[in-house]
Amino acid sequence: MTKPETKESVGFSCPVPLPAGGRVLLGHGSGGKLSAELLKDVFLPALGNPVLDRLEDQAVVTLNGVRLAISTDSFVVKPLFFKGGDIGSLAVHGTINDLAMGAARPLWMSVAFILEEGLPMETLRRVVASMQDAAAKAGVQIITGDTKVVEKGSADGMYINTTGIGRVREGISLSASQAQVGDAIIVSGMLGDHGIAILAEREGLKFETEVRSDSAALHDLVATLLDATYEVRCLRDPTRGGLSSTLNEIAGSSWVGMELDEATIPVREQVRGACEMLGLDPMYVANEGKLVAIVSPAAAESALAALRSHPLGAEARIIGRVTKEHPRMVVMRTTFGTTRIVDMLAGDQLPRIC
Amino acid sequence: MKYMDEYRDAKIARGIAAEIRRRSTRPWVLMEICGGQTHTLMRYGIDELLGNSVELVHGPGCPVCVTPLEMIDRANALARRPEVTLLSYGDMLRVPGSETDLFHVKAEGGDVRIVYSPTDAVELARNNPDRKVVFFAIGFETTAPAHAMAVLQAERLGLKNFSLLVSHVLVPPAIRMLLESSRNRVQGFIAPGHVCTVVGVTEYEELARDFHVPIVVGGFEPIDLLEAIRMLVVQLEEGRAEVENSYSRTVQYGGNRVAQDAVERVFEVTDRKWRGLGEIASSGLRLQEKYAAFDAERVFGLQDVRAEEPSECISAEVLLGHKKPTDCPAFGTRCTPEKPLGAPMVSTEGACAAYHQYRRHLVTL
Repeated sequence: MTKPETKESVGFSCPVPLPAGGRVLLGHGSGGKLSAELLKDVFLPALGNPVLDRLEDQAVVTLNGVRLAISTDSFVVKPLFFKGGDIGSLAVHGTINDLAMGAARPLWMSVAFILEEGLPMETLRRVVASMQDAAAKAGVQIITGDTKVVEKGSADGMYINTTGIGRVREGISLSASQAQVGDAIIVSGMLGDHGIAILAEREGLKFETEVRSDSAALHDLVATLLDATYEVRCLRDPTRGGLSSTLNEIAGSSWVGMELDEATIPVREQVRGACEMLGLDPMYVANEGKLVAIVSPAAAESALAALRSHPLGAEARIIGRVTKEHPRMVVMRTTFGTTRIVDMLAGDQLPRIC
Repeated sequence: MKYMDEYRDAKIARGIAAEIRRRSTRPWVLMEICGGQTHTLMRYGIDELLGNSVELVHGPGCPVCVTPLEMIDRANALARRPEVTLLSYGDMLRVPGSETDLFHVKAEGGDVRIVYSPTDAVELARNNPDRKVVFFAIGFETTAPAHAMAVLQAERLGLKNFSLLVSHVLVPPAIRMLLESSRNRVQGFIAPGHVCTVVGVTEYEELARDFHVPIVVGGFEPIDLLEAIRMLVVQLEEGRAEVENSYSRTVQYGGNRVAQDAVERVFEVTDRKWRGLGEIASSGLRLQEKYAAFDAERVFGLQDVRAEEPSECISAEVLLGHKKPTDCPAFGTRCTPEKPLGAPMVSTEGACAAYHQYRRHLVTL
């Protein structure tokens, strides 16, 4: 038995840092810092070009004077059906939203299915019907597709990839690198609904939550906003990694700081309660039907009014400002008047022990 | 949630903070013991609110941080066995052992899963009789009752494929060690509310008496903590050293007898290594002999997996409150949540991680 006294007898005990990871971890898909590392270390060195290097939610290319936005996204959500949506509608909405964040009107879409042997045909039919429904409502045509089947155990029921093409609105160019000091930061509504709805379903969490996924196509909301003002610098949909990851990306790309007002962050009571129980922060929880707009100070109020005039933006709020101070950092002004950092997560948000 | 809002009220908070500043004649050095309390202090910027009236140092009460390296190594070794399903609280998965962490073991094919409750683990063992299900049972007095209940439940169900990898620690022996240190600066303690909910406050009365140090049981909301700080400052200014309870909506003097009974039936006190601090006498719990069949260390013969902690970071200094995370030359540069040098940077309850997550903008790296 030893009784360590102080520094001298205890020693500075700590493990050595891990060697650079030799394997892909789940955290590499979280949309946080590990995902960013994957881009920097693996994808961009091999594949980089001026269009890809922009790292926006969509690529924009010009063909015969017409600006086209192209975006692709894969969907691996578990369970396949959840309150407020399913993998099919989510796959349509997700790609539409990535186009919409580039001020593009979505036109066409491809869909590729990776199906697991043994998947009930009825499940597939339901998902496909849901996709068609979502696409039709959004005025998007699914014009090409592909199907692969893998052995039982090699996929979780089904995975879906969608790629969309849209036409970028004339006279405007949105980018995460365009935020300017003084700009208003606006979110279009309540945060964290999708992530909590999925988590509750997936973990069979035994609390009565009525939270439904906010999965929705946002192109019409974006059109309403841009009809009101072109003083929008950047649009993003805060999906995996949540609002904090999105804002950190914008702050990083634009080399500006951000200050948020905690009292204005819109989070539903049930989501707040669920996060509290699970040891999660709603700022990091995924959304599938919300956008963040960075808008010039002069146009902030008209942008807010435009968003609020649309059913998908009825609960829009200004939550903060772009600042000169602490560039590339997002800082929260707490309800106590103190400040704290809103950081980007390294990997997935982990539930705390107590 | 409405119930919580009154404990987060900004006006009340500023009022208590103003009283603390007014009553404090010198910067008293106070320690909050529990990592959950550290998290709240940082998240709400309570250090900013108090100015120089008190100095808050952060205690060793992050269960993830103090779980010794060799226990992580044992968990990794278990998770690598093809017949084992290893279940753990979420934030243990990223804690680096000697060579790797559970996330990497999982990526290599290990069956590692996150659960929210040890009873989920029992359920999983029951539904998967062909798997050997091991629950990584870490934590303070707070989690011990649930772990004990899981063992009792597994016994009742006659499960032969369920066991615990136990790395339980107890708070008072660590505080005693800290107070016996010749370099101790801490003048008052905020005792951990959840721990006291289970065990009551009697052990803290011994500490207050033996070392003439005031101890106030505190909760986890900002108003709870400010109130505990206020009560400590009042005691210190008046020269008193008593145990007081600012968290009486949850903590009763004798604790929770049912929970204590479950722990006493299943566990016994043992010496335990703490990561960063070394071995502390009678500071842990292990399964009693009669529950050996549920003890993963004995079932799988893991006692030989040993690890010495290499000397690199200053986590011992931080865990004992001698230094702030920002005093470490590696803070935020060579040591970050992505590449933690030491355990306090890993868990969100760890003091270094809390500083890095919330206060980095106030220091120059």
